Amino acid sequence: MRAILTVVDSQRLDIKPQPFHVSTAQPLLEGRELCCIRQDRVLFEQQNLVLRAGELLQVAGKNGAGKSSLLRILAGLAQPDEGAVYYRQQTLAQAGAGYAADLCYIGHQSGIHEQLTALENVSFWRTASGVAAADDFTLLAKLGLAGLEDIPCRMLSAGQQRRVALARLWFVKRQLWILDEPFTALDQGAIAMLQQHFLQHLQSGGAIVLTTHQPLQITYEALTTLELVYRW
Amino acid sequence: MFKWLHPYAKPETVYHLCGRLYPWLMALAVLLLLLGNIWGLAFTPPDYQQGDSYRIIHIHVPSAIMSMGTYSAMAIAAFTALVWQVKVAQWSVLALAPVGAVYTAIALITGMAWGKPMWGTWWVWDARLTSELILLFLYLGVIALSGAFSDRQTGAKAASLLAVIGVINLPVIHFSVEWWNTLHQGASITKFAKPSIDPSMLWPLLISILAFKILMLALLCLRLRNAILQNEQHRPWVKALAGGH
Amino acid sequence: MVTLYRFTQRELRLLARQKADWLNPLLFFVIVLSLFPLGVGPEPNLLRIMAPGIVWIAALLSVLLAAERLFKDDYRNGVIEQLVAAQQPLLSFVLAKLITNWLSTGLPLVLLSPLVALLLNIDQASLVAMVFTLLLGTPLLSLLSVMGAALTVSADKGGILLALLILPLYIPLLIFASAAIEAASMALPYHGQLAIMLAMLLCAMALIPLAVISALKLNVS
Repeated sequence: MRAILTVVDSQRLDIKPQPFHVSTAQPLLEGRELCCIRQDRVLFEQQNLVLRAGELLQVAGKNGAGKSSLLRILAGLAQPDEGAVYYRQQTLAQAGAGYAADLCYIGHQSGIHEQLTALENVSFWRTASGVAAADDFTLLAKLGLAGLEDIPCRMLSAGQQRRVALARLWFVKRQLWILDEPFTALDQGAIAMLQQHFLQHLQSGGAIVLTTHQPLQITYEALTTLELVYRW
Repeated sequence: MFKWLHPYAKPETVYHLCGRLYPWLMALAVLLLLLGNIWGLAFTPPDYQQGDSYRIIHIHVPSAIMSMGTYSAMAIAAFTALVWQVKVAQWSVLALAPVGAVYTAIALITGMAWGKPMWGTWWVWDARLTSELILLFLYLGVIALSGAFSDRQTGAKAASLLAVIGVINLPVIHFSVEWWNTLHQGASITKFAKPSIDPSMLWPLLISILAFKILMLALLCLRLRNAILQNEQHRPWVKALAGGH
Repeated sequence: MVTLYRFTQRELRLLARQKADWLNPLLFFVIVLSLFPLGVGPEPNLLRIMAPGIVWIAALLSVLLAAERLFKDDYRNGVIEQLVAAQQPLLSFVLAKLITNWLSTGLPLVLLSPLVALLLNIDQASLVAMVFTLLLGTPLLSLLSVMGAALTVSADKGGILLALLILPLYIPLLIFASAAIEAASMALPYHGQLAIMLAMLLCAMALIPLAVISALKLNVS
């Protein structure tokens, strides 16, 4: 039912004040005693986490430790089997569309349609994020995709596809980014550029949750690492 | 307002409640089944038109009624599961679907067996038989969908949604089939069950209907207990249960 | 509205690039139609009697076939997951899918109906009725198939399962649509059947997008 009511809100998105509302006292995102069970295996339980504005939370752990599941729970896609996620002291159910409007989630699959060109994919996500059209050529050129704008994405390499997906982070005005393995398939230059962009986002009061196997190259002031232990 | 219901949404409570109810329900169902069927088969007078063949009514009518009753129970559980995200309700949907499908199959088979002496053929595209057949398809759809996902939870949710969709569609399907039937063949042959039934035949029939209903509840308890154990096997209370006994 | 327009544009663009997705079901429709005379014999009167049923069964099978792949790509590459997380664009996305699904499968069936009338020896009055039933009925077919496709998008075995779920739901439509054509062939009025089909279509338009949204949500959770 909610979906119908929130269609109207999509115009309101771009006039969100920038930089974001920052309150250090209040955590932005909080997971309380989260428990996740997949196919009869307890991935994690009694998991607490706190994320404040300006903070970066790195979720680490072996393959299958439940990193993606945790991120999906934080993004409101999956329900925790126990515990709850709080956004600005409200559960996600209470926060509802307000939470979704503050969130940019890029999952393990990048959200790029192979039959569409880089330009078309970017403009799709612009529309989906409620951001007005702008000069995508410059943006794609900045991401090292100059000359590849009009080629269907299936012709691009995995790293280039990932860049197209991450282009979203340059135009969405969302305070909270939840990124699942953003560095996958990217080369060193792109990783450095992305991490620099993270720094800017954090400085303007944003917050980031991400999973990665690689150590971060930039030292962020407010970096928390959450190590998920693989359990049988 | 429904605060008192909340503890019953907890799997552990439901598990124990079902465990306590099951023996009573099962005993009652068996007792009533025996009573209704023996009374109906041996101690009621034969029908003036159909002779003894009408006695299949004591299986056919209860299973037909409960095939729809089970579907509505399933749809209510599914609705609860979708709106309030109650897991026990999801598992109830999966627990009820095969029970309802078997009731529907029984109703169809006995209907065919009854049709042979009455209509001279095993299958007539009669409105009720056709509706029952479609109901069986809907049940099979719910069962198939629940098993089609690698994630059991997704399967349960999808099956719940399908059950709700099905219950919205059922009246439409039912009335359109009825209309189609009157359009294509006279309603004469379907009318024979309509005339009022003699009380001497009615009582065993009512008892059989009640027996089928209680049997459904008993089977629900049994299957729900299994589902709860299966889905909660890693929870401390299940481990304690398994270790303690 | 802008979102819906852009999303519809995207879907149409995709259809233009993956022509097999909508051409194959149409081809399937024509082939199934031409199989019936081969199966039951070319007797014109027999064909005329059977035509309403044949046309509608072929139509619902081909729409079902077209719907199967509808959400698969967007599911596989994570578009649906991220749209569900974003919540707002989801309704527009679903509506765009519905509109383009009808444009690519339902509308061509309406356009093909004169050809069908030739093949099955259908007279003019029945042809008019057939066009009306297809106009009212194919959007409903699209709605139901899209719902089925959304329900089974993450299922391990899609195709057959989709048919099993959705075909029983088609029954009322099949009954009223073929009854309308049949009535027309006997020069009887068929407004009643059309009105019922319209009623079913309007109810479905109100409810099914919501069902599709919750189906997509539960498939990515």
